Amino acid sequence: MAAAVCPCRALLGGRRRLLRAFTRGLAASKETHFGFQVVSEEEKGEKVYQVFENVAKKYDIMNDSMSLGMHRVWKDVLLHKMNPSPGTLLLDVAGGTGDIAFRFINYVRSVRERQLRQKLKHHQNLSWQEIADSYQEEAVKPLGDSQVVVCDINKEMLKVGRQKAQQLGYSEGLSWVVGNAEELPFGDEKFDVYTIAFGIRNVTHIDLALQEAYRVLKPGGRFLCLEFSQVNNPLLSRLYDLYSFQIIPVLGEIIAGDWKSYQYLVESIRRFPPQEEFKAMIEDAGFLKVDYQNLTSGIVAIHSGFKL
Amino acid sequence: APGALSAGSARRSHAEPAEDGYAGERDGGGRLYPGHIPTSPLQKALLAAGSALVALADPYRHDMVAVLGETTGCLVLPNLRDKMRNDPEGSRILQERPRIRLSTLDVEGLRRLPDGTLGREYLRFLEDNKVSPDTRMPAKFVDDEELAYVIQRYREVHDLMHTLLGMPTNMLGEVVVKWFEAIQTGLPMCVLGAAFGPVRLSARKLQVLATELIPWAIRSGRSANCILNIYYEQRWEQTVASLREEIGIFPPP
Repeated sequence: MAAAVCPCRALLGGRRRLLRAFTRGLAASKETHFGFQVVSEEEKGEKVYQVFENVAKKYDIMNDSMSLGMHRVWKDVLLHKMNPSPGTLLLDVAGGTGDIAFRFINYVRSVRERQLRQKLKHHQNLSWQEIADSYQEEAVKPLGDSQVVVCDINKEMLKVGRQKAQQLGYSEGLSWVVGNAEELPFGDEKFDVYTIAFGIRNVTHIDLALQEAYRVLKPGGRFLCLEFSQVNNPLLSRLYDLYSFQIIPVLGEIIAGDWKSYQYLVESIRRFPPQEEFKAMIEDAGFLKVDYQNLTSGIVAIHSGFKL
Repeated sequence: APGALSAGSARRSHAEPAEDGYAGERDGGGRLYPGHIPTSPLQKALLAAGSALVALADPYRHDMVAVLGETTGCLVLPNLRDKMRNDPEGSRILQERPRIRLSTLDVEGLRRLPDGTLGREYLRFLEDNKVSPDTRMPAKFVDDEELAYVIQRYREVHDLMHTLLGMPTNMLGEVVVKWFEAIQTGLPMCVLGAAFGPVRLSARKLQVLATELIPWAIRSGRSANCILNIYYEQRWEQTVASLREEIGIFPPP
């Protein structure tokens, strides 16, 4: 019946495939996985690019449909964990359509407003002129020098993100840069916080992305990763698998007209290392105080580390 | 404007990833033909329901009409295939598997044919309505390789139906063709299209539809031989009128 439901067959066949690849390949480039398929490393990059090129326009509506809106909650939790203060410089990698960036701006803006209000409360005996001046200050620096750079390898996703920013009225403190997580176009020690939300599992060399994250963070900087992970509850895990493999590609076909991209998405989730293994990878890159927090029974996890 | 429920003119709505993975073993198997996506019964049911809703809501989602056809056609497609097998011309088509593509059509040759011939009128139809046979969606959810070809052939023959019936690709024309195809093939997607298509038409058009066009379409559909059994590619020089007579389609009102 549905080959998609049983990943075991694909995994067992994998060893045979790798053997074939070995005998076939002379200086054959290294192989990696693209969902449940086995592909060369160059191919993976191209195929992932195409997936996101295809889904870019419907990315947000698909996220809402697939996660029944939960992805918004997950991203909110990430921001609360980050708890950025005004003046923070954030790099959001694989930030595509800007969800994290917009939330960051909102958060920092409201923190700033609260700051200014507190200041006013402590200076009850200011003259009217001084109060009016402080409003001026708020208007001029609503974000308090905070900035977010959205970096993504995929131009289509960035395009959608920029359009969204325009529609929603975000302009200040926001930059859009094309870049590869494995080789970031930024100098060393530039950012206070590095986030990558639902992006790192698509990177061909996760270890390189982690090393780059370490490089571009200032000392004292924080690494935060929001990603799908392993469900720890066996019953939920079965339901989750059923939902992922039966429903999500169908949703992809109906809403976005693209079954294959969403099949890849659910397969890539299964390929990603579980919480502890990923934590070890982050530690290997040099981060300290690495920890993770499961959300929704482990469907999603936030990993955090510090460059100290 | 392209007609809403013309499954035959379903267009590709996106670029598919370069490698289609026909090498079935490469990705875990189950693929019977290039582009085949194996689906469980649950998935087919969901696809059928979802595509029906979306096709009705957004007439420009031709891919949804195609999906609806594939997921609901499983009972009817074998009958169509048998009809083809039992006919000499039809079984030749099943064996030779011709595909109507711009690359295989001799466009200039067709253009040189006299007016009134199938080839010339077909070309005129393509150019007037600015459509191309190359944008047909390939079958994805049919779980039999031969049946996948049958539904593919049906889609590619759809434009020729327009030519033979003399119907344009606007909403009205598409509905008429759908009625004809519903009678001819019995595909649930055609029946649904025929039943729900008129919902979007103005009152005046509905009147013309109900009084003249539908009865004619039904009569022709009933009297005509199976349209999938004609090897159109070998009949470009035949006149439309004589082909109509041969198949059994009455002249359009």
